[in-house]
Amino acid sequence: MSPQFQQARWSEPLLSEIGTPGERGYVPTAPEAEIAAHAPDPLAAIPPAFRRATAPALPQVAQPQLLRHFYRLSQETLGNDVAVDFGLGTCTMKYSPKVNEHLVRMPEVQDLHPAQHEDTVQGILEVLWRLEQMLCAISGLDRFTLQPPSGSAAVYTNASIIRAYHASRGEGEQRDEIVSSVFSHPCDQSGPWSAGFKVVELYPGPNGYPELDALKAALSNRTAGIVITNPEDTGIYNPHIAEFTRLVHEAGGLCVYDQANANGILGIARAREAGFDLCHFNMHKTFSSPHNGMGPAMGASGVKEELARFLPAPVVERRGDRFELDWNRPESIGKIRSFVGNAQIAVRSYAWILALGPDGIREVAETAVLNANYLATRLREVPGMSQPFPTSNTPIEQFRWSLEALREETGVGSADVSRNLADYGYQPVFGSHHPFIVPEPLTPEASESFSKEDIDGWADAMIDIAKRAQTDADDVLEGPYRNACRRIDAAALDDPERWVPSSRAERTKGAVRGD
Amino acid sequence: MIGLVVNPVAGLGGAVGLKGTDGMVDEALARGAVPRAGERAALAVRALPADVPLATAAGAMGADAVRAAGREPELVVAGGATDTTADDTRRAVAALADAGCELILFAGGDGTARDVCAVIGDRVPALGVPAGVKIQSAAFAESPRRAGELAGAWLTGRRRERPAEVVDLDEDAVPAGRVGPSLYGALRVPLGPGLVASAKSPSHDEDPAAVSGIAARMAERIGDGTAILGPGTTVAAVGRELGLDTTLVGVDLVRAGALVLRDAAERDLLEALDDDGAMIVVTPIGGQGFVLGRGNQQISPAVLGRAGIGRLTVVATPAKLAVLGARPLIVDTGDDATDAELRGWHRLVTGYDEETIYRVE
Repeated sequence: MSPQFQQARWSEPLLSEIGTPGERGYVPTAPEAEIAAHAPDPLAAIPPAFRRATAPALPQVAQPQLLRHFYRLSQETLGNDVAVDFGLGTCTMKYSPKVNEHLVRMPEVQDLHPAQHEDTVQGILEVLWRLEQMLCAISGLDRFTLQPPSGSAAVYTNASIIRAYHASRGEGEQRDEIVSSVFSHPCDQSGPWSAGFKVVELYPGPNGYPELDALKAALSNRTAGIVITNPEDTGIYNPHIAEFTRLVHEAGGLCVYDQANANGILGIARAREAGFDLCHFNMHKTFSSPHNGMGPAMGASGVKEELARFLPAPVVERRGDRFELDWNRPESIGKIRSFVGNAQIAVRSYAWILALGPDGIREVAETAVLNANYLATRLREVPGMSQPFPTSNTPIEQFRWSLEALREETGVGSADVSRNLADYGYQPVFGSHHPFIVPEPLTPEASESFSKEDIDGWADAMIDIAKRAQTDADDVLEGPYRNACRRIDAAALDDPERWVPSSRAERTKGAVRGD
Repeated sequence: MIGLVVNPVAGLGGAVGLKGTDGMVDEALARGAVPRAGERAALAVRALPADVPLATAAGAMGADAVRAAGREPELVVAGGATDTTADDTRRAVAALADAGCELILFAGGDGTARDVCAVIGDRVPALGVPAGVKIQSAAFAESPRRAGELAGAWLTGRRRERPAEVVDLDEDAVPAGRVGPSLYGALRVPLGPGLVASAKSPSHDEDPAAVSGIAARMAERIGDGTAILGPGTTVAAVGRELGLDTTLVGVDLVRAGALVLRDAAERDLLEALDDDGAMIVVTPIGGQGFVLGRGNQQISPAVLGRAGIGRLTVVATPAKLAVLGARPLIVDTGDDATDAELRGWHRLVTGYDEETIYRVE
């Protein structure tokens, strides 16, 4: 096989570089005099300090040119609707049923405003309440909040609940350490850290998951809890997880299960039976809502009944036939985000779960595990690729591989192979979260959405790239060739001094910009 | 202007089954080794921007490689033939630095890096083109091509650098048993994410934020107490955080906020330690994970006993730990009882509010 794919390549300028001054997509008519006379000045509500002195330099483009611009850009991407995406392993890229997009575009959902009185939003409150009941059944825990807008925010929520729990028992000062593992999602360390904890990390033992003795060495009367992913990033399930949670409880800590990606155990194993007190799901991963590109997502945080009093306000309560927002929560950790959760994501997830039912949910996990393992049998044909931990220890829904041998033989590493996948019409594949304990890592995840043909095609491309590396390494090192863009200099992306993520950073880094 | 120096004998040993080329050139050539360092240097030169002026040493020490890459050097300093020595490398590097080169590219292995470091230290930025048998030092790019790309990006960009440890196997110091690396200094290498190899972990730079977090935490812990500071850039940062002029490759003793011993020998340490003992701060050097017994033998079993063996604190950035690929850290102090006492789970300081449970064997 050889690369067959050819992507569109447009010389498309930035939006601000097209159009002409005064050009408009739509010119609204001025309000009639009587309305203008009675309408308040819309700027009056904005404090003077926040008003701009000069108008922003917004693009000035008519509709046909604008449409063309975005269509061209869309042809220069490789989205999940265009290309097979096993790429973002650990992120569970799956098909998001289009029928659910129709649901969220219904006026009953689309025209809702979060500030509406609860009498007028009984429908969406019922969806939120029912979704919570479903997540309780799936996890075995007792209450959920849908407020956190991301998985990381959910981990932060759970860490904050741990803090509130120990404070309520007078141990808040003493219990200042959270244990995590280095193969857990990075937010399992950064979330607790942001919530004010010190983080104690466990490294994998010879089987790819942390050893019990390492956990014992980490635990003390300073332990507030453990925040851990299982299966970890390697896809390997820790068979001693019940023992882990027992030991943490004995030390006086709480146990948090990061189930951002629950695709390997959905409907098969639950957080409660493994001894966990809290967990979270990324509704934009396992439950099929699109990831929304760092935009509005949903990390649903769940707790056992005795921790429910710490959940962020409001929670949705059912009283008879009526659904209410309960704000009266004196022990709550406070707000993680405004309002009660992203309604569109709740609707999509609710519809997805309803469509599948309990048996279908389990079949999702079974198919995902089967797909991942079939992909693994194919990837064992890739020259220079190996599994970093004992192969008897079968990973579940994703696999971490190493291309170290290929790199040593040819100089072609995992980042090079990943880039070249684009020449075959596939998205680049995820390497690893940091730090790279597995050298030259690759972490594909073939979720339940992909067919045998999809998997074979992808595996064939990987095999082809590795073989090309063995015969002509330079050809691979220079690739890809058939895409909208070949290589970008990523150095600036990784340079913290170039990034201005907040207004405070802008004040301290302003001088850096533009040089 | 970029300076290029090639160690023409680098890598000769590897192809014919020797562990290095030091003192083995004739043996390697006799076994049929073909010099490749020039070829690898040429790959790096090809990846440089075409308009960058180049200075190099004559013949096989650089000029041949520059011309093989289709370029003509602006300046050629004295060089040598294929059978060069460390002195030739040092003289060429000194001449290139004196000629005003802004960055020195050197093609070779750990031994070459040692020679370059001995001459320019951190005065002039430098970057290694991997061509040797042993590449443990963090001063090398992950491939010749990436060395050229990184040098070019540095030259046309914002010219930021970071210290990169130069380590080499210290075979004389350990006549028997497992050979481990010693630290010989630090070169200033271009800061370019994903390009410079941190020993065996190619995608990792040393993380400056982690280093400063570790330094701040350890400075707090040491406070007014007594501490023995071992070699390494991470431990050196602890000394800086304390406001003390500690060494990079030596062992120092600090007490009550003052530097009591600089580059101390074992006997100095034993004399200076009193009944209160001392915290001992060490970091793994090189890719094998040695924390005691290689390159810091001054911290001997006797010193450990005097200081209090339970007060050993291992510090390491997560990136450096990742190099080990989850293999344990190693102690080999030469005393079985001491080693036995040190084996087991340690709490490593890996950031300001970050610790890692890690096995020491």
